Amino acid sequence: MSKGIYVVVEQRSGKVQNVGLELIGEATRLKEDLKDDVVAVLLGDGVEGEVDKLFHYGADKVVLIQHPYLKEYVTEPYTKALAQVVKEYDPEIMLFGASSIGRDVAPRLASRVRTGLVADCTGLRMAKTEEEFEKEKSMGCEDPTRALLMTRPAFGGNLMATLMCPRTKPQMATVRPGVMKRITKDESRKGEVIKLNVAFADADMNVEIMEVVKAEKKSIDLTEAKLIVSGGRGIGGPEGFDLVRDVADALGAEVGSSRACVDAGWIEKDRQVGQTGKTVRPDLYLACGISGAIQHVAGMEGSELVISINKNDTAAIFDVSDLGIVGDVKVILPKLAEAIRKAKAEKAAQ
Amino acid sequence: MKIVVCIKQVPDTVEVKIDPKTGTLIRDGVPSIINPDDKTGIEAALQLKEKMAGSTVTVVSMGPPQADVALREALAMGCDEAILVSGREFGGSDTYATSGILAAALKTLDYDVIITGRQAIDGDTAQVGPQIGEKLALPQVSYVEDIQEVAADHLVVRRQFEDGYHIIKIKTPCLLTAIAELAQPRYMSVRGVVEAYEKEIKVLGFEDLKDNLELDMIGLKGSPTNVYQSFTKEVKGAGTILKDLSAEQAVKAIVDKLEEKFII
Amino acid sequence: MDFKLTKAQLLQQELFRNFAETEIKPIAKDMDEAEEYSQELIAKLQKIGAFGIPYSREYGGQGADVLTYTLAMEEMSKVDASTGITLSVHTSLCCACINEFGTEEQKQEFLRPLVDGHKTGCYGLTEPNAGTDAAGVQTTADKDGDDYIINGSKMFTTNSGFADTFVVFALTDKSKGPRGMSAFVLDRTMPGISVSDNIERMGIRAASNCAVTYENVRVPASRMLGKEGQGYKIAMTALGGGRIGIGAQSVGIAQGAIDEAMKYVKERKQGGRTINKYQNTQFKLAECQTKVDAARLMVWRAATAKDNHENYAPLAAMCKLFASDVANEVTRVCVQLLGGYGYCREYPVERAMRDAKITEIYEGTSEAMKMIISGSMKV
Repeated sequence: MSKGIYVVVEQRSGKVQNVGLELIGEATRLKEDLKDDVVAVLLGDGVEGEVDKLFHYGADKVVLIQHPYLKEYVTEPYTKALAQVVKEYDPEIMLFGASSIGRDVAPRLASRVRTGLVADCTGLRMAKTEEEFEKEKSMGCEDPTRALLMTRPAFGGNLMATLMCPRTKPQMATVRPGVMKRITKDESRKGEVIKLNVAFADADMNVEIMEVVKAEKKSIDLTEAKLIVSGGRGIGGPEGFDLVRDVADALGAEVGSSRACVDAGWIEKDRQVGQTGKTVRPDLYLACGISGAIQHVAGMEGSELVISINKNDTAAIFDVSDLGIVGDVKVILPKLAEAIRKAKAEKAAQ
Repeated sequence: MKIVVCIKQVPDTVEVKIDPKTGTLIRDGVPSIINPDDKTGIEAALQLKEKMAGSTVTVVSMGPPQADVALREALAMGCDEAILVSGREFGGSDTYATSGILAAALKTLDYDVIITGRQAIDGDTAQVGPQIGEKLALPQVSYVEDIQEVAADHLVVRRQFEDGYHIIKIKTPCLLTAIAELAQPRYMSVRGVVEAYEKEIKVLGFEDLKDNLELDMIGLKGSPTNVYQSFTKEVKGAGTILKDLSAEQAVKAIVDKLEEKFII
Repeated sequence: MDFKLTKAQLLQQELFRNFAETEIKPIAKDMDEAEEYSQELIAKLQKIGAFGIPYSREYGGQGADVLTYTLAMEEMSKVDASTGITLSVHTSLCCACINEFGTEEQKQEFLRPLVDGHKTGCYGLTEPNAGTDAAGVQTTADKDGDDYIINGSKMFTTNSGFADTFVVFALTDKSKGPRGMSAFVLDRTMPGISVSDNIERMGIRAASNCAVTYENVRVPASRMLGKEGQGYKIAMTALGGGRIGIGAQSVGIAQGAIDEAMKYVKERKQGGRTINKYQNTQFKLAECQTKVDAARLMVWRAATAKDNHENYAPLAAMCKLFASDVANEVTRVCVQLLGGYGYCREYPVERAMRDAKITEIYEGTSEAMKMIISGSMKV
C-alpha cells in the first residue's frame, strides 16, 4: 500500500531552500489527518549538513540521495533518482516547490511513473466529508480517506479549481513558494536518515552544463512579483520614487506605478500597473499616493492584500483596500522603511 | 533542421472578468490568442530556421476546430506547415493525457528540435512540455531564455533559474520550453496571411494516432487528475480605513498588518 | 451578400490592429508634435508588407485585395491619420499608376521595390495653380533626343520629403491641354529635383507634404507610363481608386475618436455618475456609430467593386464624400463629449478632429466628388 507524505526538498548551491521547509510544514499538517510519516527527500552532492534542518522543521525521515550528477539541477538525473524513490517506497503523496526546478522535474517524473500532477497549488487538504468521499469513489478512488484535494488558481487567478488524483499514486502536487507556513523550528527533533543509492549511467547526464552562473536577482517582471510597492501622483515627483524604492528594498518588493507617474516621466513604462500597463496579483500591493482610478484598480484588484496610503479620505483606492491609511506618504514612507527593517532584523535575531 | 513548435490557443486571460452578480467567468467576447510563451517559441523556431539553411518549422496545436486560426497566424508569421490535432475523444484531457496525445502526433513527424511554451496562461501548469519530452524520451531544457549556438547536432542554450542561469549544451533531437525572454515575436505579414489561407492544415484525429494511442489513455478517462470543483475567489469587501493617525501610529498599523499576514 | 469579412481578411485586420496599437499609437502624438514621420516606423510597416497590400506577388507585392487594403487604412488611421495618408499615397496613387499603366519591364523595375518593402513613392500632380482643375497643370516635359526634360513646380506632394520614387505629370504637348499631359517615373536622386521643407499644416502633421520643383530634370523616355498624352487619364484613374483609401482613412479617424470617447465616458464622473449613464452621451454615440458603420459599408462596397473589376469610380466618390463628412462630424462630437479635455492635445480626439478636415479636401474635394457623382447619375 502506498504510504508516506514525501516532500522533495530543493537545494541550491548545497543550501536547502525555504519552499522545502514550507512544504514539510504543510506535510505535518496533512499528517494530522493521514497519520503517515513526513519524509523529506534531499538530492545533491555533499549536502549531509542540511539533513538535520529537515528534522528540525518537521520531517520524520529523510531520504538522502547523493551523487556528483545531482550537484546542480539537471532534469534527467533528478527524474531518475526520484523515480527510484517512487519505485522503492511507493509514496501516498509527493510534494514539490513550484519553482523553476520543481516545475521541470515534477511533470517529467509524473509522466514517468504514470500518475497525475497538480501544478502551483495554493491549498492542500485530505478529503474528509461524505461528499468528498463519494466524489472520490465515483472517480475510482479505492480509499477516499487517503485522498488529497489540491486547490490551485486558473485563468490567471480569476478562477480557483480543486483537483483530485483518485486512481494513481503518488498523488503529486507542486506548491507555490511562500504560500505554506513552516512550523516552528525544534532543534531537539531527530529522525531516521535513509541513504538511497542510485546507479547512474553516463547516459543519464544527457546534457552538458557548460557554465553555472549565480546572478544577483535582477528586477523581475511585475506580473511575477510577490510584493509590490507602488507610487502614484501623490508621491509628488520623481524623487518620491526614492521613498517608494526604499520601502520596496526593505520588503524585498518590486516597484510599481500608476499611469500618471509613467506619463509624467517619473518612472519607466514597464512599471505601470493597470489596464494599459500590467495586471498584477501579488501577495501584497502597497499603494502609495494612488487615487485608485478604475483603470489602475483593474490591474491590481486581484492582489491578496492591499494596503493604501492616501491624503484624500475619499480616494477610490480605499474601496479596494484591506487597510487604508489616510495620511501623507512623504512622512509615512521613510518611517515605514525603517520600521520594516527593524522588524525584520528582530525576526532574524530570534 | 526540422523544428516543431507546439502551440495552444487560449482565451486572453487579461480580458477575462468575473461576473460580479453570478460569480462566474465571462468568456463571451474574450479574444482567443496564441498562448504568449508559445508565440515566443514560434519566434525562436523561425530564428533557428533563419540561422540553419534548409530548415523547416512545423507548428502543431491540439484543440477544437476553431484553433485553426491560431495555426493560420503561426503560418502567417512564417511557419511552413501546420497540424491540428483534434477530436472529440481528446476532450477533458488533463496535462498527462494531453501530452500523450501530442507525443503520439509528434511521432508521426520528423523533428530535431521541439519547442513548446513554458506554460499556458489559462492553466499555468507548465507540465505539457516536459511530459511530451518524457513520452518521446527526449532530453529537455525548460525555461530557455536564450539560444546561443546552433549546430546540426546540438544547441547551446541559457536556462533560467530564480537565482541565476546555466549554459547548457544539448544534443538534438531535444525539447526546449520557451519563456518570454527568449524572443520578441514578430508580426505576421500581409503576404503571410494570404499564403496561410492558401495552405492546407493537416488534421490528425484519434483514428490517425491509433498506433500510438489507446482510448483509455486520453480524455477524462485517461486523465489521472480530475476536477473536483471550481469556484471564484470571494470578492473582497472594503477593509479598515484609519484616519487622523500620527505617522508613528500609521507605520505601526501597517507593520502589524504585514506581520499578521506573514509578509515580514 | 453577407457583409462579413473572410477569415483571411479578419486575420489581416487583427495584424493591422495589433501593429497600430503597439507600434503607431504610442508615437502618434510625438510625430504630430514634431511634424515628422518616423522612418523607423516606415521600415516596420514595410516589414509587415503594408506598402504593397493589393499588388500581385508576381511583382513582389503582398497578393491581398483592395478590401484588405481598406482594412489597413482604417486600422492605421484609427490611431494615426498621418500613417493612413502615407500608405495611401504610396499605394493607391504612386504604385497604382505603375501597376495599371506600366509595361512589364517598368513593373519589374519600378513597382517591385515599391511593393516589396524597399522603396517608398509619391505622386506629383497638384500645382500652385492647378488643384481641382488638374487640367491646368503647367509643368512641361520637352523631348530632347531619347529623353524628356522636365521643368515646373508641384505643390502638396505627400511623402515627397522621403520618397524614393516620384510619379510626376507634365505636359509633353502644351497646345493640347490635358490631352497633352504624360506621366513619368522619376528617382529622387535625379539631378534637378528639389524638395521644400514640410509645409506647416493644420492636421495630418506627421505626414510629409512638400513643394517639389523640377529644374531641367532629364528623364529617359523609357520612364514614361503609358503613351504620350495619356497622363491625365492615368492621373484621374489613380485618384479614382485612391478615394477608396481616403474613405477608409475617414472611417478610421471617426472610429478611433469613438473608441477614445467610449473609454472616456465610462471613466468620467459628473453629477455623481459616469457620463455614459446620461442619455445625451448614449444618443450621441449611437448616432456616431451608425454613421461610421454606414460609411464603412460604402467603403467596402467600392473596394469590392474594384476587386471585381467593376465600375467603381462613382462608388469611390460616394464613399469618400460621405465618409469624410462623417469623420468631421464624429470627431467634433467626440471632442465635445470629452469637454475641456477633448480640446487638450493630451487626448487623441483633438488630433483626430484636426486630421479629419483634410479628408474633405485631398484626392478630390467634396465638391469635386459631387461633380463626379452627379455626372455618373447623368443629372
